[in-house]
Amino acid sequence: MKAAQRHWWLRHSSRLGIYLALLAASAFYLLPVYVLVVTSLKSYAEANLAGMWHLPSAPSLESFLRAFEQLRPHFRNSFYLTIPATLLSSLLGSVNGYVLSKWRFRGSEVLFPIMLFGMFIPYQSILIPLVQVLQRVNEMAEALWVPAALRGLVPGYGSIAGLAFVHIVYGIPITTLIFRNYYATVPNELVEAAKIDGANIFKVYRWVLFPLSMPAFAVVMIWQFTSIWNEFLFALVLTQNPAIRPVTVALYNLAGSYIVEWNVQMAGALLAAMPTLLVYIFLGRFFMRGLLAGALKG
Amino acid sequence: MRRLSWDRIISILLILPSILAIAIFVYGFIAWSGWVSLSNWDGLRPDLSWAGFVNYAKLFATPRFQIDIRNTVVFTTFFLGACIFLGLGIAILLDQGIRGENFFRSLFLFPMAISFIVTGVTWRWLLAPGDPATGRLTGINVLLGNLGLPLSRWYTDPTVVYIQPTSAVGQFLQQVGLGFLTTPNFGIPLAMFSIVIAATWQMSGYVMAMYLAGLRSIPEEMREAARVDGASEWQVYRHIVFPLLRPVTLSVVIVLGHISLKIFDLVAAMSKKGPGFATDVPAYFMFETTFQGDHYSQGASIAIFLLVTVSLLVVPYLSYSTRREAEV
Repeated sequence: MKAAQRHWWLRHSSRLGIYLALLAASAFYLLPVYVLVVTSLKSYAEANLAGMWHLPSAPSLESFLRAFEQLRPHFRNSFYLTIPATLLSSLLGSVNGYVLSKWRFRGSEVLFPIMLFGMFIPYQSILIPLVQVLQRVNEMAEALWVPAALRGLVPGYGSIAGLAFVHIVYGIPITTLIFRNYYATVPNELVEAAKIDGANIFKVYRWVLFPLSMPAFAVVMIWQFTSIWNEFLFALVLTQNPAIRPVTVALYNLAGSYIVEWNVQMAGALLAAMPTLLVYIFLGRFFMRGLLAGALKG
Repeated sequence: MRRLSWDRIISILLILPSILAIAIFVYGFIAWSGWVSLSNWDGLRPDLSWAGFVNYAKLFATPRFQIDIRNTVVFTTFFLGACIFLGLGIAILLDQGIRGENFFRSLFLFPMAISFIVTGVTWRWLLAPGDPATGRLTGINVLLGNLGLPLSRWYTDPTVVYIQPTSAVGQFLQQVGLGFLTTPNFGIPLAMFSIVIAATWQMSGYVMAMYLAGLRSIPEEMREAARVDGASEWQVYRHIVFPLLRPVTLSVVIVLGHISLKIFDLVAAMSKKGPGFATDVPAYFMFETTFQGDHYSQGASIAIFLLVTVSLLVVPYLSYSTRREAEV
């Protein structure tokens, strides 16, 4: 009886310990969120650095509005960049994954890891030629008399189209990886049966693989949306023109300027994080799968 | 038969653009960068005349680059250590069948959805030291001050902790010809811990998710069998769980390791090169050298150095995991 009681107590106190440890860890992860939210809600007059941890006495949206005013055009740029790049790179990844899983050819098994290597490289190692080539694209557009109305679509240096193009190209490895691993789980018998029924390569994709692809599309699109929205190095180097900078670069510049108060910077950080945070909150399941695929064994 | 081979041609045509894109934009550009690193290109005008390995020789002789290598080693060590400790610890706690597991898991993982720039800007203010001399503290230092804990100057701290040549250990090292270990280049820059904290905040949830997936793939019967044999809970982990988690640890080390070698965004947003290059990293040095200093061939040599270090880590892993996949 006594031993049983002691056992009960031990079990429950260790339970309690687990919860306490988890709550302590939660505090670490929530600390920046607390400061971000509290600071963003403070008025200009109230936001002094020493009182960083105090709750706002009179919550105001002043900082948010100031930050939004500064970041608005860059939000638009980020959406113009992220949405087409996400859609196109997902489609490309789907086609590649389809070929590499259901239309294997001699050497495709060797080709795949060679493609995958592209997602691990430090992008510094391709940045200098990339800038040169994209500048050359602009010169070519100039020489070919591309009409001004279509200039926005030329994937050259210093344009959103150019940045989107770069994200699509360097997104090939990860999107191909996720789709290939996903399609590998689709039984080959389904494909063979469709072929016997006379379906060609497009029809097999359209009627067999594509309808099954929605979970993979969700994973890839969420992954690409998040990474392109959050990306910084390409955006920084390929956009000299302030008007086309995505929101990460704009936030970086906002935070680097001494004229902008720190509470506005914090509100800006919260705003810049919002789209991907919302995606995470509502579609977290798919985000997790993308994350784990990044470690190769999807 | 005829139709099948037609499909075969189309399948190649479908994947050809991607193959070409990777061939040009990854491998072609790497080769091009390699060439630039061996050229005389210094200034805005491209000059691809042959210079040999001069840029590399100059690079390794540059004090800033030597400091960068030290910083990368220090950052990688502590960042990986902290992420594995925290990630594995939390994963084990979450694996105890607790209530609210989903909630906690989502909470620990949300920083992964955020840009390193947002993280950097936020932690820059959290770790802004204020002025400890006048007692006008800010950020975390306010909390530390209230708790009576020692304050830190965080990323503004120029201190490098290293083995003093005059200490007993230092004198011994000098006697056995290892005197170079008693220099700041083999020390630990304290400012780097601010970057480690912010990076760990962002990435440890990912490590937790990987370990949790690993823990879930271990059949409960294996642990139960060991318990029946009289193993204590610690022995179950020590002899059954941890050995089975080794492949996960390998993945974690590769993924975090290559991120840590490449780290740029976080450093740029938080502290840039820091006092006395205390938080400088090769990726940031490369950016400044190339795109702000216009020393293209020198910048390319840093880029190639980065690529080689990342490849040393990633290529064996890639060939290992694709080969294993082929066996399955």
